Amino acid sequence: MKKANRTDGRQNALPFWQWARGLRGQQMLVTITFLLVPLLLFFIFTCLPFLKMVQFSFFDMRYIGSRTFVGLDNYKSVFTRSDILSSLKLALYYLGASVIQLGLALLFASVLSFKTRLGSFFKGTLFFPYLVCGIAMGFIFKFFFTHGFVLDTVLTAIGVPHGILPMWLLNTNINNFSLAGSSIWRYTGQNMVLFIGAIMSVDPNLYEAAEIDGANGVNKFFHVILPSIKTIVVLNIILSVSGSISAFEPPYVITGGSFGTATYFVLMDQIAHLDQKVGLASAMAIVLLGIIIVVTVIQRLVFRLFLDEDEKGMTFRERRRSTRRIAVTASSKGGK
Amino acid sequence: MGFKGLDGVHVTRKVIWTVLKYFVLCLGAFASLLPLYSCVVTAFKTPDEYRNTNVMTLPSSWFNFDNFKKAWQQASMGKAFLNSLMILVVVLIGSILFSSMLAYVLNRFKFRGNSFIRNLFLVSSLIPGVAMQVTVYQIMYTLHLINSLPGYMILMMGTDVISIYIFLQFFDNLPVSLDESAILDGCTYFGVYFKILLPLLKPAVVTCMILKGVATYNEYYMASLYLQDKNNLGVVSTALLIFTGPIGSQYNYICAGVVITMIPALIIFIFFQKQIYSGLTSGSVKG
Repeated sequence: MKKANRTDGRQNALPFWQWARGLRGQQMLVTITFLLVPLLLFFIFTCLPFLKMVQFSFFDMRYIGSRTFVGLDNYKSVFTRSDILSSLKLALYYLGASVIQLGLALLFASVLSFKTRLGSFFKGTLFFPYLVCGIAMGFIFKFFFTHGFVLDTVLTAIGVPHGILPMWLLNTNINNFSLAGSSIWRYTGQNMVLFIGAIMSVDPNLYEAAEIDGANGVNKFFHVILPSIKTIVVLNIILSVSGSISAFEPPYVITGGSFGTATYFVLMDQIAHLDQKVGLASAMAIVLLGIIIVVTVIQRLVFRLFLDEDEKGMTFRERRRSTRRIAVTASSKGGK
Repeated sequence: MGFKGLDGVHVTRKVIWTVLKYFVLCLGAFASLLPLYSCVVTAFKTPDEYRNTNVMTLPSSWFNFDNFKKAWQQASMGKAFLNSLMILVVVLIGSILFSSMLAYVLNRFKFRGNSFIRNLFLVSSLIPGVAMQVTVYQIMYTLHLINSLPGYMILMMGTDVISIYIFLQFFDNLPVSLDESAILDGCTYFGVYFKILLPLLKPAVVTCMILKGVATYNEYYMASLYLQDKNNLGVVSTALLIFTGPIGSQYNYICAGVVITMIPALIIFIFFQKQIYSGLTSGSVKG
């Protein structure tokens, strides 16, 4: 094939073939052909939806049928509808959960980064919940929290009187704690794996030196581990703000958002796909996107500050690359 | 270690630390396994046992597969596994080919718009998937791609920023001199990608396959939006939804269904732990 082209080119000496055979021409052709499909998909399923989202947010409309322009009314509703405002309050439960989750992840990561008997078993056990399919997780926790079932059995076994056990998913004072708890179950392991990665990339001599100096576990944690991975910890803490506002999976799969557990996204899903108020849902999405962008900008600023302090030795290229990496990890988590 | 090792106080302290460490780990493992454990034991119980015994007790027989059979039939798991398999094969091939090609061009060639494209992908990854589906649904509807397996596959193939970044990092570590010498030997740039670089990408391909594979297998939200025809287009991740209906509280069947859907993920996890961990961390190397 290639050879044929070449002889063709030589015989006819068409300008196009000459150009296409040359390095510049080849580069151009490869660039165009290799980018065509990915960019087309990106345009159809990412850019276009985003633009439509902005457009729809100014309309009163369903997926099918007529549209009326309503200006900023949808945005006004986002900030005045009581169900939306109260769904935003639920973010606090998930924010609390992510603080606990990050703490636990840090604890397990700093233990499991060093030689531990059955280390990979513990690591795997803590991580596996992250790989369970969402719907399956929903059933697991419906079962787990059902009155008289798993959780109640354990609590009774350790001496909690049966009479005071609440309805974990129905009692509106408690159910959001239950859901936030299941979110901890699901995501702690994933955070832990990220932290282990960060701890492992620190110069091992530091840990050895600390050990020779007679540092115990707590010393080692506060004076060696934490300072060397503080950037990623701080980034994750900032990230959990937007993460907790966009909390979706636990309420969606366990309670379906009933009994006062509908978070912002669960509500948005209902407004879009059940009530078919596409305009309002788009406005909600745009508002949340605004929040995420603000959080990301803060995260970048903090990152730059930390960088200036710690990593002056890094070249500019390295620095840019690591900023990107962290942003990508961040976003990969934010979506869930 | 060294000199202080023989010191009595030091030894006791070390023992206490070790005990504490394993206590914490066991507590974590217990919390992590408890919901799964109760599900597994319940899946093996007969309806009678399920009604009369505690949810934590072991089943009388580990060979009672009746629940599994019933769950398999009721949720039409056979069909679901077949659909999921087809989706996985197509989506994995497509998305890995596309994202590695994209990464190759972005990493190797300088052209106008290179960094613009990079930034575009980065920014796009900030938009949560659930929010996007508000309008993606309208686009899928306009394109008549709802309730169409190929349509769902195309959607899932769409740009996957994580894979792109894994490939970009990998290309960073493959020396450009490799391409250059191949070009000198008369290879075209297409040839460089397909014959020289793609085979070398294998570790990155495996990582992306696993991450994207697990994500695709577990994707339930988009599947329930775009594959609404449960009888023909059911996939594993949404097959269990059938149990939300009238048989809602028969947990011995439901747990069997849950266990069935977890088995593939568990097998993949056991064999590819390292790739899964490294794939997840490759986004956040510098601490």
